[in-house]
Amino acid sequence: MYTQALNASQSDELTGEDAAKISRFEARVAAEERIEANDWMPAAYRKTLTRQISQHAHSEIVGMLPEGNWLTRAPTLRRKAALLAKVQDECGHGLYLYAAAETLGTSREELVDQMLSGKAKYSSIFNYPTLTWADIGTIGWLVDGAAIMNQIPLCRCSYGPYARAMIRVCKEESFHQRQGYEIMVTLSRGTPEQKAMAQGALDRWWWPCLMMFGPPDQQSQHGDQSTRWKIKRFSNDDLRQKFIDATVPQARYLDLKIPDDNLRWNEATGHWDYGDIDWQEFNNVLAGNGPCNRDRLAARRKAHDEGAWVREAALAYAEKQKRKTTAAA
Amino acid sequence: MATAICIQNSALFMYVLGRADDALILGHRLSEWCGHAPMMEEDMALANMGLDLIGQARELYTYAAEVEGAGNDEDKFAYLRDVQHYRNVLLVERPNGDFAQTMMRQFFYSAFADCYWRAMMSSTDPTLAAIAAKSEKESAYHLRHSSEWIIRLGDGTDESHRRAQSALNDLWPFTGELFQANPEDDALFAGRIAVDPRGLLQPWTENVTAILRSARLTLPQSQWMQKGGRSGQHSEHLGHLLSELQSLQRTYPNATW
Repeated sequence: MYTQALNASQSDELTGEDAAKISRFEARVAAEERIEANDWMPAAYRKTLTRQISQHAHSEIVGMLPEGNWLTRAPTLRRKAALLAKVQDECGHGLYLYAAAETLGTSREELVDQMLSGKAKYSSIFNYPTLTWADIGTIGWLVDGAAIMNQIPLCRCSYGPYARAMIRVCKEESFHQRQGYEIMVTLSRGTPEQKAMAQGALDRWWWPCLMMFGPPDQQSQHGDQSTRWKIKRFSNDDLRQKFIDATVPQARYLDLKIPDDNLRWNEATGHWDYGDIDWQEFNNVLAGNGPCNRDRLAARRKAHDEGAWVREAALAYAEKQKRKTTAAA
Repeated sequence: MATAICIQNSALFMYVLGRADDALILGHRLSEWCGHAPMMEEDMALANMGLDLIGQARELYTYAAEVEGAGNDEDKFAYLRDVQHYRNVLLVERPNGDFAQTMMRQFFYSAFADCYWRAMMSSTDPTLAAIAAKSEKESAYHLRHSSEWIIRLGDGTDESHRRAQSALNDLWPFTGELFQANPEDDALFAGRIAVDPRGLLQPWTENVTAILRSARLTLPQSQWMQKGGRSGQHSEHLGHLLSELQSLQRTYPNATW
């Protein structure tokens, strides 16, 4: 609504790619230079980043819903304020990321429409329900923890606006992660019911969180190209392993059991071995069949549709003001 | 925590509690919007105003607990009081409705809070004066934000005008209670501990009518005003709000969260 100029399609000038331009671009990326919005870039680089950044933005916005589900039921005023601030941060990340995506030439409206129509994806993790208060702790601890693993390397992404957005986002996410873990510490030291709540949430969220890192390296579609362009710095499996290695001691500190009977310390590799991930479940949720896919999209569409008259009013008012100013001049 | 608390009755304590309840209930209502607002900017703004109000409520409850001296705290006041022990005005418990209803409610409350907190900065009670200094800055922003929306909705499209006028008609009868003074508050007014809200009616009316005029909205004919919240006589809506807000504390008594 603020960037209609961006709604026009790309000019031919930007897609005219010659070998010299490509090799100059690749040399810059190889030299760890940041690519900025007005710099020449291959159309495929632009497309990949637009997809990745907007998907990230959609995830932040849809991610407000499962946590928002507990805003009105947070058990203390301190928890209520912290959760509201956290969900507000997620919205801020979404806005920030849509702005970063817009620098690549696609408007926020177009990107949001792609999400609302189901064409663009968001992180599958948000298609799981938040059933108890412990889910709010677990989302902070594991979902934000996994997001940080993914996003810290993105602070060095070759595309400047995205890299800079990630620096701020990571700072806030790291605060969210500590906040979530603190909820888990409180619950795991609480009454038997609270501890059971914490274990139940870990049981439900553990495997979906491991899936957040994406398919195994042999199956990843975008890995190679993104690595060459320094958008992606580590493989899905490397990041997943890093996450598991960091999380196992945290779960032990909470005296909670990670729901994986094959989880074992491997002296030889210096890493935790883990059981098989159910990729069929992952694909199923990705295909729209997760427990909340329909509810999440329906909630976003409802907010969008029911807010249309408000956005129209703001535009109509701005138009009237503009006409008044023109008439007075 | 016990399953419910009884509150003792002293003029200052009840006064502070009522202001805390206003802030908490309106903050809670705003938090219900989060993720569902007409635009992302407004998701941020509504959450931000909600956070300010919940922050004000926490300071006021903490001070009320200190005044009461019965070992209660912010969470006991918020989570373990039944509907009839809440002292907020009826306006803030009105359901969110559409965006026009939410903004009109915010506008009426913020226009009051803005002049109320500014006057309370001169309270002879140093804690209330300090809370007022912070709350005044926040309320001034809430008033600016809600006024801008009232003007845009009133003077936007036919539909937005209709919705804004309808919100005005529905909520106007709940504005009178903001200016209601309880007889037991007289000593607080005399000691300049608290501000007599009756004195704020005129500046409030001037501010509000000026904005409504810019928004091309007209005041309803009926001047009948609803009241009851300050004496614990609430609408049907508050019970539902509290049953949600208090659900965990009530389901798991004595747990620490």
